[in-house]
Amino acid sequence: MLYVVIVYLWAAILLYLVMGGADFGAGIIEFFTSERNRKRTRKTLYQAIGPIWEANHMWLIIAIVILFVGFPAIYSTMSVYLHIPLTIMLLGIIARGTAFTFRHYDAVVDEMQTIYNRIFIWSSFITPLFLGIIAASAVSGHINPQATDFLSAYVFSWLSWFSVSVGFFTVAICGFLAAIYIIGETENELDKLRFRRKALIMNIAAVVLGAIVFVAAYFEGIPLLNWVFGNAVGVIAIAAATISLVLLWYLIDKGQTRLPRVLAGFQVTMILLTTTYRHFPNIVVLENGQYLSLLEHRGHDKTIEALGLALLLGSILILPALFYLIYSFQKKAASGIEH
Amino acid sequence: MDNLFAARSQMALSLGFHIVFACIGMVMPFFMAVAHFYWLRTKNILFKNITKAWSKGVAIFFATGAVSGTVLSFELGLLWPEFMKHAGPIFGMPFSLEGTAFFIEAIALGFFLYGWGRFNPWFHWVTGVIVGISGLVSGILVVAANAWMNSPAGFDYINGEYTNIDPIAAMFNDAWFSQALHMSIAAFVATGFAVAGVHALMMLKGKNIEFHRKSFKIAAIFGTVAALIQPLSGDISAKDVAERQPAKLAAMEAHFKTEKSAPLILGGIPDEENQKVDYAIKLSGFLSFLAHGDFDAEVTGLDRIPKEDHPPVAVTHYAFQIMVGLGMVMMFIAVLYLFSLWKKKNLLDQRWLLWLFVIATPMGFIAVEAGWTVTEVGRQPWIIHGVMRTADAVTPMPGIVYSFYIFTAVYLSLSLVVIFMLYRQIRMVDKLYDIPEEQHHLKR
Ligand code: HDD
Ligand code: HEM
Ligand code: HEM
Repeated sequence: MLYVVIVYLWAAILLYLVMGGADFGAGIIEFFTSERNRKRTRKTLYQAIGPIWEANHMWLIIAIVILFVGFPAIYSTMSVYLHIPLTIMLLGIIARGTAFTFRHYDAVVDEMQTIYNRIFIWSSFITPLFLGIIAASAVSGHINPQATDFLSAYVFSWLSWFSVSVGFFTVAICGFLAAIYIIGETENELDKLRFRRKALIMNIAAVVLGAIVFVAAYFEGIPLLNWVFGNAVGVIAIAAATISLVLLWYLIDKGQTRLPRVLAGFQVTMILLTTTYRHFPNIVVLENGQYLSLLEHRGHDKTIEALGLALLLGSILILPALFYLIYSFQKKAASGIEH
Repeated sequence: MDNLFAARSQMALSLGFHIVFACIGMVMPFFMAVAHFYWLRTKNILFKNITKAWSKGVAIFFATGAVSGTVLSFELGLLWPEFMKHAGPIFGMPFSLEGTAFFIEAIALGFFLYGWGRFNPWFHWVTGVIVGISGLVSGILVVAANAWMNSPAGFDYINGEYTNIDPIAAMFNDAWFSQALHMSIAAFVATGFAVAGVHALMMLKGKNIEFHRKSFKIAAIFGTVAALIQPLSGDISAKDVAERQPAKLAAMEAHFKTEKSAPLILGGIPDEENQKVDYAIKLSGFLSFLAHGDFDAEVTGLDRIPKEDHPPVAVTHYAFQIMVGLGMVMMFIAVLYLFSLWKKKNLLDQRWLLWLFVIATPMGFIAVEAGWTVTEVGRQPWIIHGVMRTADAVTPMPGIVYSFYIFTAVYLSLSLVVIFMLYRQIRMVDKLYDIPEEQHHLKR
């Protein structure tokens, strides 16, 4: 059952990265859209994301609940030493979620919209930035439980070149996911081209930032190269991601929209796989070289048992409904939304 | 402000904020389902318009409830890491089930909000009902988790170690039923009175009378029926508390001395220093009756409880008085309304009754906040009653006070925006919803 729980944790993080990521990316794309096209972009984005918006951010909650029920020591250590970035991310989530809803449900459309939009765009950028920072900090080995001063315990635990570059890399990935997703939602050729260009820019940004991550890791003594390329799974996953990227662009040029989405999701899966595979089961690395491990720092057996059952049971209820939701709105997206 | 106090304040602020949206998220779907049902049955377009007008408001509340709830699930660790480290695996069961309930709620909400005219109308109606049911279930589950903090169960605590963990037994602790029942009814009271109050005001203003009359009726019936039974459920809660948390009961009642046929204290100013209550009305024997169902029973006072285990008396006492007082007022209004409904009176001829509802608009929510203050402050100094002290659970990170200030600013501005948007929504009823024909294609 322990492994069932771990798989769910991993899957929840992945799904949050892919679905939530596309969602964040929508705001990032808007950020890079000229004033003239913003309105249309916004409408397309809303049609694509509106119906599944609530469901998207549930993945984060599932991951957190698994963490605090199943792996309380890991949850509380991260909560203590990454308090500041977690709080900033939360503020981002609040700002984004409310601004997104407010701008669509405000009964009067006036200059308040500008404020909602600005908040939405900025928080779409900040939230994944800090999400990346938090994830990177967990493994960067800068968390120091022995630290006695405020800065080394609560600030340098997350403020490092490595963490920040992973943060920006995450932002680029989100933008890429969103752009690829949206290509299929556009109604005319011009928009299609616009989003294709956005996707390309994001793709280049991701590659460049990815390289910067490796450089930062090198200078901070984090054996990232070894984690990624030091084992067969990592190498194969990276190769698969690269090949699928080529395929993705080929298909987009052929006018395909559905398959590229799957491929973009596949790439993110591969990236998460390489970075977590070598680490498993240690998901938090401390300054003194110790690890917090999913296998050792877990809750009691009975808890894990019950948690696993709850997750399995939940999926039986949730997954069919979720698929039907996505399916129905995909099919009917063309017919416009009345609500 | 020391770190512990800042953390407690931030927790109280976040929960106090979230609960408002949670109540509305749990209850409004049922109101909408009724209006929606009448629309499908009678094809009176007004009912469709009511459903839609409400669902717009609810979408705003849902989003705010969802983000503030997400914040809470992190705050448990950010503020109380020591608590979560030990409690997480024990009281986590309801949270993991709650995940499912939230998810179903979110999916059903997607169908409901975006599904107009796309699905079989009755399928669409059912998705709305599912939103309500899963909201209610998640409320019950999270309250079961809170009840565990009041009435720890499902583990043995030996020499500082938590062993023999049984998450199912922890979920079905002694307090879960009375708390979940009382909370669920409270949500209906609070939301019912709030919604009815707003529509009553609009009726008094003479605007869109039919629209507001129908909306008022749905909300008022739910709210008043719930208000009638709420004191009964409160009585169950009180007896429960008397049994498992005598210190909390004593603080609620400002009951300093253990005695037989203990008096019920109304009003008054508790004087913790001298262990007495000034200027209070005392109803002899009634506290014994409330707590134990017997006018002569002995009620434990604070004198039997070690000083270091006393909760803050004044806050708990005032909060309890506010909750019960407002409960009584709402019950009174409920009786008047149901009587006039039974007599088939026209409400517009009873403007005073509508005014009573307008005055009562915030009462339910004030009672909810007061009730939670009773529960949470009355549990102090424990975070897990009798097992772990709040002071031992708080995060070691200094400077929480700044995060408290930031969250205060954020929640304050969010509240303002939500109120502002609601105001605009109501003002737009004229243009958007009170049109007899189906000609309002909402464009944006
Ligand atoms: C509309 C709101 C509302 C109203 C009118 C009342 N309550 Fe209440 N009360 C709540 C809303 C609430 C609450 C917010 O929902 C609480 C907090 C925790 C809980 O389970 O319910 C609560 C808690 C609470 C507790 C503490 C339970 C615990 O700590 O486990 C007691 C003893 C009562 N209530 C008793 C009463 C009585 C005797 C009432 C008589 C009128 C009453 N309540 C009206
Ligand atoms: C008595 C207190 C609480 C009640 C009755 C309650 C109930 C609810 C309800 C009904 C919702 C749905 C929101 C909506 O529909 O608008 C909700 C949302 C949420 N609550 Fe609470 N809650 C309480 C406290 C908490 C606590 C302590 C936590 C965290 C540990 C929490 C976490 C959440 C989360 C994560 C959501 C968002 C779920 C979503 O996206 O729909 N809640 N809560
Ligand atoms: C939504 C309704 C709730 C409200 C309004 C509420 C209110 C409060 C208040 C006023 C405090 C501060 C007590 C003090 O400082 O003396 C507090 C503390 C706390 N509450 Fe609640 N509470 C609610 C539900 C819950 C639930 C459902 C949980 C957990 C599952 C919870 C967990 C806590 C924790 C961990 C603390 C901090 C420790 C403490 O001060 O006791 N609360 N809450």
